[in-house]
Amino acid sequence: MDLLEHQAQELFAKHGVPVSRNRVASTPDEAHAAAAEIGGRVVVKAQVKTGGRGKAGGVKLADGPEAAREVAARILGMDIKGHTVHRVLVTEASDIADEYYVSFLLDRSNRSFLALVSGQGGVEIEQVAAENPEALARTWVDPAGGFDLDAARRLAAAAGLPDDVREDVARVLVRLWNVFRSEDATLVEINPLARLADGSVRALDGKVTLDDNARFRQPGHPQYADVSATDPLEVRAAEKNLNYVKLDGSVGVIGNGAGLVMSTLDVVAYAGERYGGVKPANFLDIGGGASAEVMANGLEIILGDPDVRSVFVNVFGGITACDAVADGIVAAVALLTDRGETITKPLVVRLDGNNAAQGRQILTEAALPGVRLVDTMDGAARLAAELAGKGA
Amino acid sequence: MAIFLTEKSRVLVQGITGTEGTRHTRRMVAAGTNIVAGVTPGKGGRNVDGIPVFDTCADAVRATGADVTVVFVPPRFAKAAVLEAVDAGLGLAVVLTEGIPVHDTAEFWAYARGTGNRTRIIGPNCPGLISPGQSNAGIIPADITKRGRIGLVSKSGTLTYQMMYELRDFGFSTCVGIGGDPIVGTTHIDCLQAFENDPETEAIVMIGEIGGDAEERAAAYIAEHVSKPVVGYVAGFTAPEGKTMGHAGAIVSGSSGTALAKQEALEAVGVRVGRTPSETAALMRETLLAR
Repeated sequence: MDLLEHQAQELFAKHGVPVSRNRVASTPDEAHAAAAEIGGRVVVKAQVKTGGRGKAGGVKLADGPEAAREVAARILGMDIKGHTVHRVLVTEASDIADEYYVSFLLDRSNRSFLALVSGQGGVEIEQVAAENPEALARTWVDPAGGFDLDAARRLAAAAGLPDDVREDVARVLVRLWNVFRSEDATLVEINPLARLADGSVRALDGKVTLDDNARFRQPGHPQYADVSATDPLEVRAAEKNLNYVKLDGSVGVIGNGAGLVMSTLDVVAYAGERYGGVKPANFLDIGGGASAEVMANGLEIILGDPDVRSVFVNVFGGITACDAVADGIVAAVALLTDRGETITKPLVVRLDGNNAAQGRQILTEAALPGVRLVDTMDGAARLAAELAGKGA
Repeated sequence: MAIFLTEKSRVLVQGITGTEGTRHTRRMVAAGTNIVAGVTPGKGGRNVDGIPVFDTCADAVRATGADVTVVFVPPRFAKAAVLEAVDAGLGLAVVLTEGIPVHDTAEFWAYARGTGNRTRIIGPNCPGLISPGQSNAGIIPADITKRGRIGLVSKSGTLTYQMMYELRDFGFSTCVGIGGDPIVGTTHIDCLQAFENDPETEAIVMIGEIGGDAEERAAAYIAEHVSKPVVGYVAGFTAPEGKTMGHAGAIVSGSSGTALAKQEALEAVGVRVGRTPSETAALMRETLLAR
């Protein structure tokens, strides 16, 4: 889960990483009040989970409360790379003397953690890495060990930071490591970490990604889930514990196992090339168990998507035998009928693997209206795409 | 032969007394796996279908000579379970648990590496591995296919089953589901290396998916070290940027981790890549029949 800047700043402050005084506002009046409370010049910053806010006009300086209200009115509701601005962060303006970059992240390739420091902050770090790699100092952090002040000092020195700021940056690094470690983050980044004219060091921006798997020991994290930025179908699916992602096509997809479902999306898109570019409408993995109830919940979400014109149920019976899956589909259709839903969209079903023949027989005998059985994954994808292409 | 798991493997199950642990233990036994022990802290002295249960891995290893563990332990206890398996000197730990915090995985992986990698870790969040006709450590259905000459390595469970099914008439030496988490104990490269050295394996199917750069690294490895034919498949061409597709590791971030980049990297080193699972199976079929 990616956090917004103000949420990242909140975690930084909790662990003693120095941040500027700030307030979140979701209306121009709140921005006015925030600026009045902070006093002096403020910066009003769009809260969106994408880069390039500044260039898009989402970060503005304001001389006082009135100006803050005005710029907030312009920024709120703005669309930045497809992200609507619902909130702004009003923060004390800083007199910046120098800018650095610091981060900790999960290094998948080396199955380790990586600490990065650069004297060139305030710009895209990918650009620094590509154009001026020696300006980016890095060190691996042993996940079974840790990151102490000595390691931080060495890294700050390796990055060639000015002598008189190294100790302050090193202390920030140790605290940032604590954020990374104790909050179960996979990325914590400060860019820029600024040295102000008065010599103090401060995080002027923040990027944090938290590990959703750690929720069981991070009771404070669910509050950061940004429901406003999520598709309503995704929110409904999440309430039912379904692993669902909305896409922009017209073939609804249900399958078991993340890899198989991803593969199903691809196969549908290939098949759809023949039918005027028909594409999958969603990703939905109902997992290995695939009970009737889970199947019903999944079908309900997908049939509730107005973009869906046909549905492809693609199941490989592994642990769960196909006869159980077929029973699940029959029960799901009955459940939906009980809930008052009429199934008007065609359902293409492919069952393979464990007890596939029995499963197909169950569906054949049930003779559910609109349900079509196809033997192969490729064949079923073609039919589902064709049905969606025709407008069903 | 086979890789990592053979008929000689002596398997213990951590979490054997849990619902899933018991259920899958029975399936593994039915598939011919030599399950010699179970471990559940506090339940030592009991048995599951006659399989003795111990309090600790160390006790189980001492009493039974187990050399493989299958871990069916919930996320919050998984790290401790794996550390215990490493300390007990088990040669292979198959971690099926889904939902382990990545900091925990990073930690137990680093710990295992610190002991000189005496314990190979497979997973977490994986279906395990099977050497058909010999042994089955995990939840891969044993009746899809038979013992044969194809080696299979995959991040995904059901895609593994699908590919085993497509090529069931040829059979497989070993099928390894390495798992879809951002950090896994055994990589595509580890499996490629083992298959290259396994006399029973004649050709290799490698299934990848979006996210990370494991497939690109595997491609570089194949170019240098693998003489056996490799056929590839990559899932996730239609996945949008920034959305996680089920597996925590399956995410395209910016220009990295895309399916196209992986396909191109594999094809650049002579690996034939199928557009769909069945096309991939057809390529493998051609490859084997041409030999």
